[in-house]
Amino acid sequence: MSDVSDVVLQTSDLVRTFGGGRTLLGGKKPTVYAVRGIDVAVRKGETLGIVGESGCGKSTLARMLVGLDRPTEGNITLTGSDMNDLISDDRHALSKRIQYVFQDPISSLNPRKLIRETLAAPLRYLRGLSGDALEARMKELMDAVNLRPEFLDRYPHEFSGGQAQRIGIARALAAEPEIIVLDEPVSALDVSVQAQVLNLLSDLKDQFGLTYIFISHDLSVVEAVSDRVAVMYFGRVVEQAPGRALFEKPRHPYTRLLLDSAPVPGKRGLTVEDATAELPDPLAPPPGCAFAPRCSRAQDDCVAKVPDAHYGLDNHDAACFHPLNPVTTR
Amino acid sequence: MTSNTATASEIKTKKRSARPSAFKLLARNQLALMGAVILALVVLIVLITPILPLPDPDVTNPAQRLLPPFSDGHLLGTDHLGRDLLSRLLWGTRVSLAVGISASLVAALFGSTIGIVSGYFGGRTDNIMMRGIDMLMAFPYILLALAIVAALGPGLMNALYAIAVVNIPFFARNIRGVTVGIAHREFVDAAKLSGKGHIRILLTEILPNVMPVIVITISTTVGWMILETAGLSFLGLGAQPPQADLGSMLGEGRKLITTAQHLSAIPGAMIFILVMSINLLGDGIRDVLDPRLKSGALARPAPLTKIDRSDQGTSNQIADETVLAVDDLRTEFVLGDDTYKAVGGVSFDVGKNECVGLVGESGSGKSVTALSLLGLVASPPGTIVGGRVMFDGKDVYDMTENQVRDIRGGKAAYVFQDPLSTLHPLFSIGDQLVEAIRAHNAVSYRDAWAKAVKLLGMVRIPNPESRANNYPHQLSGGMRQRVGIAMALANEPRLIIADEPTTALDVTVQAQILKLMNDLRTDHGTSVLFITHDFGVVSEICDRVAVMYAGRIVEMGTTEQVLKHPAHPYTKRLIDCVPRLGEPDRRTSAIPGLPPAVNNLPAGCAFADRCDRAEEKCRVGSIAFDDLGDGHGVRCIKPMEGANV
Ligand SMILES: Nc1ncnc2c1ncn2[C@@H]1O[C@H](COP(=O)(O)OP(=O)(O)OP(=O)(O)O)[C@@H](O)[C@H]1O
Ligand code: SF4
Ligand code: SF4
Ligand SMILES: [Mg+2]
Repeated sequence: MSDVSDVVLQTSDLVRTFGGGRTLLGGKKPTVYAVRGIDVAVRKGETLGIVGESGCGKSTLARMLVGLDRPTEGNITLTGSDMNDLISDDRHALSKRIQYVFQDPISSLNPRKLIRETLAAPLRYLRGLSGDALEARMKELMDAVNLRPEFLDRYPHEFSGGQAQRIGIARALAAEPEIIVLDEPVSALDVSVQAQVLNLLSDLKDQFGLTYIFISHDLSVVEAVSDRVAVMYFGRVVEQAPGRALFEKPRHPYTRLLLDSAPVPGKRGLTVEDATAELPDPLAPPPGCAFAPRCSRAQDDCVAKVPDAHYGLDNHDAACFHPLNPVTTR
Repeated sequence: MTSNTATASEIKTKKRSARPSAFKLLARNQLALMGAVILALVVLIVLITPILPLPDPDVTNPAQRLLPPFSDGHLLGTDHLGRDLLSRLLWGTRVSLAVGISASLVAALFGSTIGIVSGYFGGRTDNIMMRGIDMLMAFPYILLALAIVAALGPGLMNALYAIAVVNIPFFARNIRGVTVGIAHREFVDAAKLSGKGHIRILLTEILPNVMPVIVITISTTVGWMILETAGLSFLGLGAQPPQADLGSMLGEGRKLITTAQHLSAIPGAMIFILVMSINLLGDGIRDVLDPRLKSGALARPAPLTKIDRSDQGTSNQIADETVLAVDDLRTEFVLGDDTYKAVGGVSFDVGKNECVGLVGESGSGKSVTALSLLGLVASPPGTIVGGRVMFDGKDVYDMTENQVRDIRGGKAAYVFQDPLSTLHPLFSIGDQLVEAIRAHNAVSYRDAWAKAVKLLGMVRIPNPESRANNYPHQLSGGMRQRVGIAMALANEPRLIIADEPTTALDVTVQAQILKLMNDLRTDHGTSVLFITHDFGVVSEICDRVAVMYAGRIVEMGTTEQVLKHPAHPYTKRLIDCVPRLGEPDRRTSAIPGLPPAVNNLPAGCAFADRCDRAEEKCRVGSIAFDDLGDGHGVRCIKPMEGANV
């Protein structure tokens, strides 16, 4: 199974910091550690789910994957070619292979432009289409996302969130990418529309053989769509496993906490963490496990050293010295 | 997916412009209209000046010098060289207008280009460009213009350049500010990923969005620029004799001000008329194009929602234990020609110590219901058109403004989704709590502070003594929401109305806030109206729950009844369409289509277009709210089987 040759995207030791450097007077500017060393790999045709709470670095990671932001350290490889090479070869090479769907569907469409113009851009600039071929392809794309072709001649404010998100998806598809990074694609949508969009995404994946990187803070959505899941905390992946294993037998105490905090219809009695537990300071990351101040299993070794993990393509591992549900798969 | 037809018809029936058009808005502003008419007249006259039967403005005739107005052949008289004043005035106005407008356009072109480029690229580009602009601005305005003219030599064109240059910083700064806001919007990133280069993004994505601001800035500066040109000419640095412009005419008239006032009064009046009409029109244009003004944000809403009730509800008996009883509440918004029935007859009650949930999709009217309870809906455009809200046995809509204000934050308190909207950024949270306490109780500052610290402790803010001195921005989102709850608790309310208080929070923090609210209920006997769209949250905290759809309650019952045996097809499908943790294989079936717009509700059941059980009968009359027994009720003629178990 773990044939490395189907890996389409891989990151190694990806780091992104903001700020830093020196001020005019020579003082040090504070450095924010947004992403602190991420290794993930995605296989062709699978969905890698990434969960984590606000501020853990999910969107920073996503923006680096599509080239909207550049890593401070580490690198990203797309089926053998280094991303930096791809970008320097040809401005469009990267966008033809990996695309992005934004969280806020309405604000990802220019309010003063017809949908037609928005959707034509990737076809024209990335795929070199024009004239009738362009027109025909736009109709095909609208059809693929279940929208009527006459919607092309409307402005974004005339759409509901769900419809606008379908246009965002159509725009990503237009580039004919292998991989689509979905950054909270349904969080801004109403519950009844969320399911419409999730079902559409799953149909498109089968139809076009896409690979998804699905980022969300919503555990139940990630559980429903992902083959494998990575849990992020404070700029790092703290646990990664095939979806089923992670949700059934979480090994990192943080994953456990997340699962216990999510309300489930028909059930009562969430586990509640002590309110005084403090979050780590992104300006001064702790030397040991970032979760230690909130962790009930923390011991002396946790604050001394950063726990390490070995994330493969099919194994289950957690960056924790004293994990729950001790190792069964490796 | 089958949502195609429904969504298409929804968009089709939606009227394209709920808001009046820009032109109509402008015409409605009488001052701006007056400005436009005067300006149009002046422009028309100066445009046809060359073909008017007027004497040459520059031909001198010493024999006819200094004739007063209404002289024969010289309607406005003549100047000290005997030139016809009317002719000079019209030709002069022509020049002044042309110079003022050209200078504005030149300044707009260069200023906006600098602003857009530096706002879009940011970083070093921005730094260098803006420091240059700062240097221009460091000189006093008129001095800089004078220096430029001095360097280039006097003359009309040079005056134009000087004024344009002096105004570039104004445009650059304005436009840069707007561009920075736009350059970070997601659609710009999306354009990058669509393969557009920087130049293309600047021209086709950013510029169309910045254009209104450029127009506003031009329309508010033209008048000013005309004045400045006149100023330079007045000083003899602009138009050179014999050419006339308004400033130089004024300058010449000044020398004879004691003997022939009309020489300076006439160009002076023209400058006044011109600048005033341009400014009135400019203000009008700004009001129309500025989205904030358009949305009516500057219209001060009334302290209490306008109440214009056609009825006052129907039921009369209210149980003793009831804290809040809402009966057939109806709230509408009038925007343009549309009436939005945001709340279309909502009835429910909240008992002592009870937590009632109000669930529904976006736009179903949850928030408007909550705000209507204590008259907090903005008027205009909102009006409460019917029904009754009994709080503690008294009709809120019969109370005076002061009585209602006394209840707000006193016996009934709100907690909103975004705590920042209720916390003032410039006061410490302790001070704000003290303020809230002292608004309703006559206690000393020191006692109130002590109580504030106690409240912070109660909502589990670590280290309340020192945290009380913090400002809102120093707290995390979860802590701010806890402060929001502490504010609500300040005066031991009997009822807390919480509108999606945890929606913006992470799950771990949400769990803490839910627990906190539950504890308050058990410890203090507070009642809660909890608005949410999440059935998981409902299960966690609510005793009873009402499901809203298109402004009405479609199902109500205990949490168990509604979640385990939903009677309304909408409730059932709403529960089923959310993925549930621990059940990855459960099929989530989407509800096709969209909810109807509340300004265009169908007859009969509002859910009929999306309901797979719908039949003819569902689309006629109004569907009644039926009692299924044991406090479970549903607004559906064919409730789901097994519902009334
Ligand atoms: N100030 C206003 N002016 C005009 N219409 C309004 C105003 N406030 C609300 N509405 C309309 O009233 C209807 C109900 O809105 P409301 O905010 O109550 O929905 P909601 O159920 O709270 O939705 P959400 O889940 O998005 O908070 C909507 O159609 C909305 O557009
Ligand atoms: S390493 Fe230690 S502190 Fe960190 S999660 Fe594991 S047990 Fe807790
Ligand atoms: S009244 Fe008819 S259309 Fe409405 S929910 Fe019931 S069955 Fe469906
Ligand atoms: Mg709301």
